[in-house]
Amino acid sequence: MTSFETVVGLEIHAELATRTKIFCSCTTAFGGDPNTHCCPVCTGMPGVLPVLNQRVVEYAVRAGSAMNCEIAHFSKLDRKNYFYPDLPKAYQISQYDLPLCKGGWVEISSGKRIGITRIHIEEDAGKLIHDNVARRTYVDLNRCGVPLIEIVSEPDMRSADEVHEFIEKVRTILLYAGVSDCRMEEGSIRADVNVSVRPFGQSAFGTRTEMKNINSMRAIFRAVEGEAKRQSELISAGGRVTQQTRRWDDNRGASKAMRGKEEANDYRYFPEPDIVPIRLDDARIDEIRAQLPELPDARKIRYAQLGIAPADAQIITASRTLADYFEEAARLSGNAKEAAKWIVGEMMRQLKERSLEPEAIPFPASYLAQVITLCETGRVTTANAKNLFSLLFESGEEPAALVEKHGLAALDDDDALDAAVEEAVSRNPKSVEDFLAGKEKSFGFLMGQCMRSLKGKADPAVLREKLTQRLEALK
Amino acid sequence: MKLWELSVKSAGELLKKREVTAAELCDAQYERIEAVDGGVKAFLSLCPERAHEKALAAQKCIDGGEAGPLCGIPMGIKDNICTSGISTTCASKMLEHFVPPYDATVFKKLEAAGSVMLGKCNMDEFAMGGSTETSYFKKTSNPWRLDRVPGGSSGGCAAAVASGEAFFALGSDTGGSIRQPSSFCGTVGLKPTYGSVSRFGLVAFASSLDQIGPITRTVADNAAVLNAICGVDPRDSTCADVSHPDYTALLGREIKGLRVAIPKEYLGEGLDAGVRDAVLRAAKQLESLGAVCEEVSLPATDYAVPAYYLISSAEASSNLARYDGVKYGFSAEGCKTLAQLMNRTRGEGFGREVKCRIMLGTYALSAGYYDAYYKKALRVRRVIKNGFDAVFEKYDLIIGPTAPTTAYPIGSKSADPVSMYLGDIFTVPVNIAGVPALSVNCGFNGDGMPIGLQFIGPAFSEAKLLQAAYAYEQSAGFSKMPVL
Repeated sequence: MTSFETVVGLEIHAELATRTKIFCSCTTAFGGDPNTHCCPVCTGMPGVLPVLNQRVVEYAVRAGSAMNCEIAHFSKLDRKNYFYPDLPKAYQISQYDLPLCKGGWVEISSGKRIGITRIHIEEDAGKLIHDNVARRTYVDLNRCGVPLIEIVSEPDMRSADEVHEFIEKVRTILLYAGVSDCRMEEGSIRADVNVSVRPFGQSAFGTRTEMKNINSMRAIFRAVEGEAKRQSELISAGGRVTQQTRRWDDNRGASKAMRGKEEANDYRYFPEPDIVPIRLDDARIDEIRAQLPELPDARKIRYAQLGIAPADAQIITASRTLADYFEEAARLSGNAKEAAKWIVGEMMRQLKERSLEPEAIPFPASYLAQVITLCETGRVTTANAKNLFSLLFESGEEPAALVEKHGLAALDDDDALDAAVEEAVSRNPKSVEDFLAGKEKSFGFLMGQCMRSLKGKADPAVLREKLTQRLEALK
Repeated sequence: MKLWELSVKSAGELLKKREVTAAELCDAQYERIEAVDGGVKAFLSLCPERAHEKALAAQKCIDGGEAGPLCGIPMGIKDNICTSGISTTCASKMLEHFVPPYDATVFKKLEAAGSVMLGKCNMDEFAMGGSTETSYFKKTSNPWRLDRVPGGSSGGCAAAVASGEAFFALGSDTGGSIRQPSSFCGTVGLKPTYGSVSRFGLVAFASSLDQIGPITRTVADNAAVLNAICGVDPRDSTCADVSHPDYTALLGREIKGLRVAIPKEYLGEGLDAGVRDAVLRAAKQLESLGAVCEEVSLPATDYAVPAYYLISSAEASSNLARYDGVKYGFSAEGCKTLAQLMNRTRGEGFGREVKCRIMLGTYALSAGYYDAYYKKALRVRRVIKNGFDAVFEKYDLIIGPTAPTTAYPIGSKSADPVSMYLGDIFTVPVNIAGVPALSVNCGFNGDGMPIGLQFIGPAFSEAKLLQAAYAYEQSAGFSKMPVL
């Protein structure tokens, strides 16, 4: 049996996080009672005119710049005509032949670059709510006119894993660029998935099918695998793939044909006469580009120079919030490696346990920096520092105050340490004997005994010093 | 002299001198409407109570000495210009009961200036037509002869102004809809430069061509209304951010040395002899005032009408797609499916001419035909625009007939849309090029029907257009009104 290579191209729709809609000043806030976030403009009443929100252009240019696109000096909006009750003007204002951004790329972990064909701006449609009992359909126009960017990739992905990684990467970039919330569960990012297969080694593409509007990462992953499998099996059985739009049913784990190429809508695109073309000169493009923060790839390179392991840098940069937090803590503590260790270890563990996003970390980076300093100076032992860290998640108090309140400070009482060493040595003659006979492991046991009697409050370095001296004396 | 015969300017002077009140002017207009609109049928709806309140408010401004030139002056508004709380039907069954919750920017400006709206004027359905015969509600008559059309699509506006039912009116002009009815009714009609006047609140026909403008009895009145409605609007991004001069400033200045071009294509075949003679006489008249008139050629004039009908219908097919029975306006009853609702609503709600244009436009934009029709029409648009630009490098203005004929009998062209479309030959190039043009009366034919003289200028040359038209109007002196 021939084995097939999967070829995938994506059209990712992401809602832009502007405060107001693309052509009017209605709020873009998610939710709200039906038809409360709309006005004559976004509901397409007779005689009203759309006015382009300049922030939308700015955000799209930021996204395009972050994905290495060329930004058009001249671009325009077009009308895409079709009848549907959730589209009150019966046309969607989009961009057809002159998109705002084109010809970019995004690099995935293997170093492979996935091409970005274009990024254009457009308006979202409303929503239909079906009441199956009353056999009625209601229209909610709140989402009408929410700004979107459509990111069209080249057919450069070769597996569901690459697709997954690409979408994650795009999502991270949009979040870094601050242009989209990328909340999949609110539909703020969704994708049309184009899949084809071809025998390994063949350079020509196979016939593709398109699955529209899939809005979870899991469903996209499964859709790619499922459709590639369907096509491979079809070809292996002597059949041919027909170019068509299919609907991915994630519950059934299968796709179903919706319409073929012949029945494709004729959208009758033409230039939108109500909106003047978008003209951007180099100065304006540079100005928008300058608003971009440092992106994850650049940060990873810089973190490597600070001695952070690539795997750790990957975890930290996956979220801009986390990366910014890390940088702040590293700067304040002067110890990037410790800051990374805390974030990758304790911070991630705590976030996961508490099901929190990095945005919800309840204390500032300066607190983490303080914890690092407390450890470095021996004021708090490593063991207690972890307890302290956990307490930070539960109270709003400063680390110093928590150390005081919960008695977490390391003992700097020499007599108590000496007494503990003495007690451990006298109560465990067998272990002392073993150590003197060369069993290094016994040292650890004796350290543990000391720590236990000191309730973990001793600075391990000091304690180690004292125990070593005491045992040396017995030699 | 009757109050309804006054110009805006002289009525304004009487108001200022307290020789008449705004309420009296308003009442006089409604009396005139009562007397003659049964025959003219210019208005689709009237709002006397609201008008009376507005007149009282205007009087307060006049009494307070804060009144501008339009304060207290009664007006008519074409029924495709949105007026908050007052039905705006576009003379279509589709919007028979549509009451917009917002004002068009122009209406807001005029109300702020103290003008008093009497009612909404009849028009061709969705402004598609040149005779006001495609109105779903009624056919308006030409005040000069009631068996003749008033022209269109702003036929109700022109008829109301010509008959003394309103001091002025606001029309819209996509391919001649202000100028051609002005020609037919003997009024002064101005289509401003595209982008001079906000389109917000004008129910769109063809967005890249539509422009609102004044219809008046005198050139000076036209300039005064333009002053009140022009200017940038944050709600219309196609509205030009230019500083507008006082359009009355050049009125009365002599036009010695004015370079005037007469395109030979505008005097050729298909032009009524009477119209041709009147236009040539007008050229002589302008020469006697010191202007220099020369014949020029405007390329692609023959292609203007087909290009216009492709572009305007393409845009219309999209602009009118929103009337689907789901949200507002007419909605067919008893439908079982969504497709049926949309099909029947549009089938029953739109008239024949509108459906014809929607089909033409849809076809022109369809896959496989786009390049041959819509795209080619855009190329013609470019050629026509360049043709005007070339003429305006050497000349200040172009003159010619507004329409090839005078007003024809009602019903005489209804069966022959192409001959009706060809009546737009001198007006559509102006919209295609986006330049301003004005129609002023230049006499009457043997039947006593008015003839229009069109002045065309480069973009934002309205002040000069009005100056030239004013000089012509003052010297030629056709100031009579129809007897009704």
